[in-house]
Amino acid sequence: MTILQIIFLLTAFLTLLAALRVVTSPSMVHAALWLILALAGVAVVFILLNATFLAVVQVAVYIDAIAIMIIIVVMLTRGAVRGQGHTVSKTWWAAALSALVMLTGLLVMLLQAPVRGALPPTLPLDQEAFLERLGQALVDVNQYILPFEVASVLLVAAMVGAIIVAWPLFVRRGEEER
Amino acid sequence: MHIETLIWLIPLPPVLAFAMIVLFAHRSNRLSHLLAIGSMLISWGLAMVVFGNAVTTKDLGHHPFQVSIPWLPMGETAFRIGVMIDPLSAVTLFFVAWTCLAIFVYSIGYHNFGKPRDPGDRPGLPPHAGGIEPMYARFFAFISLFAFGMLTLVLSDNLLLLFIGWEIMGLCSYLLIGFWYGKPSARDAMVKAFMTTRVGDVFMLLGLAYLYSATGTLSYREILFNEHVLSALAATPSVIPVLSTAGMIGLLLFIGTVGKSAQWPLHVWLPDAMEGPTPVSAMIHAAAMVSAGVYLIVRFFPLITAGWHEGGALTPTMTVIAFIGAFTALFAATIALAQNDIKRVLAYSTISQLGYMVAAVGIGAFVAAAFHLITHAFFKALLFLGSGSVIHGVEHGARETGEHLDPNDMMNMGGLRKKMPITFWTFLIGGFALSGFPLITAGFWSKDEILADAFAHGHWAVFLTLALAALLTAFYTMRQIALTFLGEPRTEAAKHAHESVWTMTLPLVVLAVFAVGAGWAGIPEHFPVIGGLLPNWMHEFVSGSLLEHPEALEFNPVPLLVSVAVALGGLTLGWLAYRRVPAGGEDPLKRPLGPVHTVLKNKYYFDEFYAAVFVRPAYWLAETFTYRWLDRGVIDGFLHWVGRTALRVGSFLRNYVDLPIVNGAGDAVGEGVKRSGRIIRVIQTGRVQEYLIIGVVFAGVLISYLLLLRP
Amino acid sequence: MIPLSWFLIFAALLFCVGLYGALARRNAIAILMAIELMLNAVNINLVAFWRYLGPEAVSGQAFALVVFAVAASEAAVGLALMISIYRRRHTVAVEEIDMMKW
Repeated sequence: MTILQIIFLLTAFLTLLAALRVVTSPSMVHAALWLILALAGVAVVFILLNATFLAVVQVAVYIDAIAIMIIIVVMLTRGAVRGQGHTVSKTWWAAALSALVMLTGLLVMLLQAPVRGALPPTLPLDQEAFLERLGQALVDVNQYILPFEVASVLLVAAMVGAIIVAWPLFVRRGEEER
Repeated sequence: MHIETLIWLIPLPPVLAFAMIVLFAHRSNRLSHLLAIGSMLISWGLAMVVFGNAVTTKDLGHHPFQVSIPWLPMGETAFRIGVMIDPLSAVTLFFVAWTCLAIFVYSIGYHNFGKPRDPGDRPGLPPHAGGIEPMYARFFAFISLFAFGMLTLVLSDNLLLLFIGWEIMGLCSYLLIGFWYGKPSARDAMVKAFMTTRVGDVFMLLGLAYLYSATGTLSYREILFNEHVLSALAATPSVIPVLSTAGMIGLLLFIGTVGKSAQWPLHVWLPDAMEGPTPVSAMIHAAAMVSAGVYLIVRFFPLITAGWHEGGALTPTMTVIAFIGAFTALFAATIALAQNDIKRVLAYSTISQLGYMVAAVGIGAFVAAAFHLITHAFFKALLFLGSGSVIHGVEHGARETGEHLDPNDMMNMGGLRKKMPITFWTFLIGGFALSGFPLITAGFWSKDEILADAFAHGHWAVFLTLALAALLTAFYTMRQIALTFLGEPRTEAAKHAHESVWTMTLPLVVLAVFAVGAGWAGIPEHFPVIGGLLPNWMHEFVSGSLLEHPEALEFNPVPLLVSVAVALGGLTLGWLAYRRVPAGGEDPLKRPLGPVHTVLKNKYYFDEFYAAVFVRPAYWLAETFTYRWLDRGVIDGFLHWVGRTALRVGSFLRNYVDLPIVNGAGDAVGEGVKRSGRIIRVIQTGRVQEYLIIGVVFAGVLISYLLLLRP
Repeated sequence: MIPLSWFLIFAALLFCVGLYGALARRNAIAILMAIELMLNAVNINLVAFWRYLGPEAVSGQAFALVVFAVAASEAAVGLALMISIYRRRHTVAVEEIDMMKW
């Protein structure tokens, strides 16, 4: 067992634990914080996979943006959840069952592949060169410019949509609020 | 222009006049009668031209004027129809043209043209105050059609076209007898006439069909002028073994004549036909219809007498014909003795005279029959028109005096010779012609000829019967003349009668001329004194119609004396008996004859007999049997049953099939869907999470199927 | 070295935990968090395959970047929706938002 393996196992264990607490924690804030931990763990895994850029993006997008957003929204909707008993719905058993079945299936599928125990090939490029290549690929007309642009449009749309959806309620005084 | 073209043009003007009057001119009385008279004049003119050509043509019998067209295509050949003028049709055409023209002109005055229409008169009833007939135009339309029918019949060259003309005249007689349809007696008379002649027509049609099936043709030239055909027909027996085919056909055609010419036993319609206006009676009973019946058997003389040789025994058909003719002559004459209606006397006398002609055909006297046909047309038309004039005079007198009486009844007349001279003298001439007054009247020559032929060939029964009938004829004719014109007026109306207008008296005069002169065309050659002066044109010309010329008779004084005796004797007796009948007096014949007189007056109760034996059963068959039992009972009953059954089946289907099964199935489906929906609806909780679970489960199932079970 | 299968197993476990959370939690925001977990698991899978099967190509990482963008936008809109629902219904329990039925 190498160092990397141990690190990986630890990180994986931590991440999974955090994930479990996310889905079982009765308090939303706690769940959000556990989520941050899980996301951080995933970032570490990215680093283990030599995808350092993605690790940074993970932290910057997920933790700094999304998790914070979640926390803010939890704050905004605090009053509703206080004092509620169950954390899970009535049909949680069906959800658990289906998750288990999914897991089994996934594992069976994944472990069938001949990639079991495959060792990573050597990296052809170092990180910076690769990053440069990635960046260029994203704007290259023959490569990934389309998904890139579409993703940016999607972000704009999501932004506009979020603003409109979350606009304050119109009170009875009429349309002058607009 | 060829003579043949003129021939077929002759019947056209009247039918065109009929069409034009009916379609356009019926509102104008003047235009209607102008069209009718004009068309009749054209026909008459053409007829005279044709007649002139005919009599100047040598051997017309062998080479008649003939033209025909193929009309009815049948297989490879075609049935031809056409017109033919041979001697018989030429002389018939002559008298038809003259009498029809005279009657047309007479009708103008008879229907009071020129007088204003009386506001009390209604169409359908005769005008009663001397106003113009309301249906004036219609009358002229009908008689034009009638003239067309007769001319077609005379000019036709085949039996089918003759039959067409025959039926057209049947229709017109129906229409004209019932011209005043407002009178119930006229309505009954028109139906009776049509029905009775129809009986005869059915048999005639059978004869026509039989003839066609036996020979394959209906053309006169091919049958009647063809020795082979005639002898073949005479030799083959018909369906009745005792008759030859020719005899059978002749008998069937003769039955048509019995109907149309009102011989016994189908005579009953003719007296009732007096309900029509007098010109109609003249037309039907002198000029046209009844003459058509005699014309038929005269035309078919070769067929009827096929197998008979002159001087030999009569064939069964001829015997029947002779019997019916002679019997009818006597029978009708006896009835005429007891009739008081002036037109009825003439009606029975017509029946009687037709019997003469029929009997003449029956004994084989071709020329005599044709001769009498011609002369009878003239003097009978004259007598009828004269009687019409008398009736008009009496009606006028009745209007003046305000009396209500029957203007036809001779007992209400008397002394009219002073008031209506032209009518008197012409009627006298006609009456003498009818009686056979010797030498100067046409009737003498034609009647004598028949009697001579009967005597010469030894048909004693016929001879005696006809002679007796001649005696009675003279008697009742004189009775009629005496009661009407001689003596003193018996009623006020008769006293105030006056002569008729010129349109009525002119035709009387013209016809009187013919009534006198027509006979001189047929004086036998061997007649004493005057025999050789004029050739017996009638005999020579008319016998050309036959294949073999019949011989002229040897002169025999016996029949001549007999006929002179009966004629003069009858006239004298009649004058003696009836010259002084007082007003309100009874008939001088009543006392001596007693109950016989009543029988005669009631026409031997034949009408009652027919009513009981034929008419009432026919009504029963129609009303009770067919209508009530069959139509309402069986047919309607069946239909009602079908309706009821349909209803029952329908309600059964509705209540036991439709509602429970069909509706039940539909309701069950709906109800089932509702219930199952209610059950399944539970899944739809509205919670997205649960939907997602279901989605995940499904996705898992699908993927596992794809990956595991279906590699 | 770490075998590929470890990464895959890890990603599968993470995914299933997230799946359970998404299907079972009552709070809408918790569901969203679970969805983020699922998306992360997907990303791990992508990058692991990229690293072990084709590190010279950029497609793996490019794809993962797009997933990031999508996740971010989806989270934003989802949270906005939740706020809107909270404002109207004063609840974020998905059990009570059950109008998508007959």
